[in-house]
Amino acid sequence: MSDLMKVSSNPHIRSKVTTSNIMLAVVIALLPAAGFGIYNFGLDALILILVTVASTVLTEFLYEKLMHKPVTIGDYSAVVTGLLLALNLPPAAPWWIGVIGGVFAILVVKMLFGGLGQNFMNPALGARCFLLISYTSIMCNFECDTYTGATPLATLKAGGNVNILDMVIGRTAGTIGETSMIAIVLGACFLILLGIIDLRIPGSYIVSFVIFIILFGGHGFNPTFISAHLAGGGLMLGAFFMATDYVTRPITKKGQYLYGIFLGILTGIFRIFGPSAEGVSYAIIIGNLLVPLIEKITLPKAFGKGGEKA
Amino acid sequence: MKQNSILERLKNGILSENPTFVLMLGMCPTLAVTTSAVNGLGMGLTTMVVLAMSNMFISLLRNVIPDKVRIPAFIVVIASFVTVVELLLKAYIPFLYDALGLYIPLIVVNCIILGRAESYASKNGVVSSLFDGIGMGLGFTMALTIIGAVRELLGAGEIFGYAIMPESYVPCSIFVLAPGAFFVLAALTAIQNKIKIAGEKKGKDMSKIGSGCSEDCMNCGDKGCSKRFYGASDEAKADVKETVKEKVEEVKEKLEETFEKAEDTADEFLDKVENKVDEVKDKVEDKIDEIEDAVEDKVEEIKEKIEEKVDEIKEKEDEKND
Repeated sequence: MSDLMKVSSNPHIRSKVTTSNIMLAVVIALLPAAGFGIYNFGLDALILILVTVASTVLTEFLYEKLMHKPVTIGDYSAVVTGLLLALNLPPAAPWWIGVIGGVFAILVVKMLFGGLGQNFMNPALGARCFLLISYTSIMCNFECDTYTGATPLATLKAGGNVNILDMVIGRTAGTIGETSMIAIVLGACFLILLGIIDLRIPGSYIVSFVIFIILFGGHGFNPTFISAHLAGGGLMLGAFFMATDYVTRPITKKGQYLYGIFLGILTGIFRIFGPSAEGVSYAIIIGNLLVPLIEKITLPKAFGKGGEKA
Repeated sequence: MKQNSILERLKNGILSENPTFVLMLGMCPTLAVTTSAVNGLGMGLTTMVVLAMSNMFISLLRNVIPDKVRIPAFIVVIASFVTVVELLLKAYIPFLYDALGLYIPLIVVNCIILGRAESYASKNGVVSSLFDGIGMGLGFTMALTIIGAVRELLGAGEIFGYAIMPESYVPCSIFVLAPGAFFVLAALTAIQNKIKIAGEKKGKDMSKIGSGCSEDCMNCGDKGCSKRFYGASDEAKADVKETVKEKVEEVKEKLEETFEKAEDTADEFLDKVENKVDEVKDKVEDKIDEIEDAVEDKVEEIKEKIEEKVDEIKEKEDEKND
C-alpha cells in the first residue's frame, strides 16, 4: 500500500525530537568530561567506562529479551546511564564494580519499575549509592597512579588548603568525570544551546547551595571557600546532568525551582554537617523521591478555574 | 495424615502454612534481625519457645478466658513468657541477647504468636496446640535462618561465621544493612507470586499464600484482584452467608403463599366461567327449542294452508269438471 493510503490515528505531524536524539546529545555532552577523565587517570578509566556502559546496555538487552518485551537499547538511555555511572566511579575501582553497578542501575532501579520513564529515581545515582553503601572502602578510595591523597573536598573538610585552579581544570583526585569543572560546563552549554536542558534546576540548585554555604559554611563570604565547594566534588555533574534527568525531575516550572532549591539546601547540609565530604548523590536521590509531592503542590490551575473573585 | 495430629501440626507449621514464606506474618523481626544466620536461628528459636508455651497455656485456659477480653488475656500470657525468655537469654546467651536487642521484648507483639493463639490455641486441645506452636516456631526458625544465611553469605561471605566465599570475594555489605532486608523481602515476594500464579493456573487453592498483599483494597491498584472488596474475615463472610440464606427462605415462603392465593383465585374464576357457560348453554338450548317449536308450528300452519289451498283447488277443479 502506498504511503498516501496509510491510515493512522493522530498526531499526524510529529516533532523531530526523539528520545534517542536527546540521549545521543547527552552522550555527546558527557564526552568532554569522560575524555578529560581518561586523559587525567589513564587507561584504567577508559576500561572502567567501557565495561560499565557495556554492562548497562547488555543488561537492558537481556532483560527485554528474556521478558519478551520490545528491545529499547536503541534509544541510548542505557548508554547515558552507564556513562553517568562510570563518571561517578573512582578511577581505581576494579572492573566488576562497574558491572555490578550497571546491572543494579538497569535491572533494579530502571527495568523492575517499568523501564525508561517509569523509574522513580535516577538509575545511575541509585546504583552509585548502592555501591557506596555496599563497597564503601572501594568507592571512597581515590588513590590512583596519578594522584595520592584525599579529594579536594575531603582536604577542605579536614581544614587543609586546596588549589582552586587545579580544581577548575580538573587536575585533582576524585571520580572519573567529576574533577573537571570546565569539561562539565562545556558539555552543559552544549545541552543548553540545543534546548535539551534549561537553567531552572541547575541555576536554583547552585544559587541556593552557595547561599547555604555563605550562611552556614563557617567561613562567611569567602570566595576561595565558595569556589572550592562549587568546583569540587560532584556538584557540577549532578546539577547539570543528573538533577535535570527528564524522568526524575518535576515537570512544573515552579516545581523545578523548588526542586533545585531543595537539592541545594540538602547538599549543603550533607557537605557541611554530614560525616562525609560529599553529598550530591544522596541529595539528588532524596529529591527524586520528593518529586511526586513537589508536582502535586505546584500543579498549575486549570484554565478558567480560580483567579479573582468578583 | 489425621487432622490436628502431632505430625500434621508440625508439617503444617513448617511447610503448608509456613508463617514467613507462606503466610507472610512476622515481617518485622524477619527483616530486622536476619543480618546473620546465627541471629536468625536465635530469634527463631526464642520465638518458638514463646510460641509453644503460650499456645499451650492459652489452650489450657481457653474455657476460662472470657471472650470479650481474650486479646488482653493472650497478651498477658505471651508477655510473661517473653519476660522469662528474655531473662534467660540475658543470663546464659548474652551475645545473642545483645545482637537481638530490642526485638526480644517486641516478640510480645509478633503477629504469629497472637495469630496462633487467636485462630488455633483458643479453639483446640492442649497437645495439638503445643505442637502447633512448635511446628510454627520451627517453620519461622527455618525461614529466618535461611534468610539470615543468604544475607550473611552475600553481605559478609560467611555462613554461621565460617568463611564460605573465596578470599577474593569482596562482600557486598548492603545485604547485612537495612536496605538488604528489603531486597531479600522483594525477592521472596517475587518467588511467592510466581508459585501462586503457577498454582492458580493449575486450579489449586492458593488463597493461603500472603504474597505481600496489604489487604488494603481501598488503596490497591490491582483492579483484577479476586480478593477485591471481598477482603472480609471468615466470620464476617459466614455472617453474610447466614443473612443471605435467611432472606432466600423468606422470599421462598412469600412466593409460595402468593402461588397458593393465585391458584385459589384462578379456581374461583374458572368455576364462575363454567357456571356462566352452563347458564348460557341452557338459555341457548331453550331458545333453540323455542325456535324449533315456532318453526314446527309455522310449518304446520303452512302445511295446513297448503292443504286447504290444495283442497280449494281440488274443489274448483271438481266444479269445473262438473
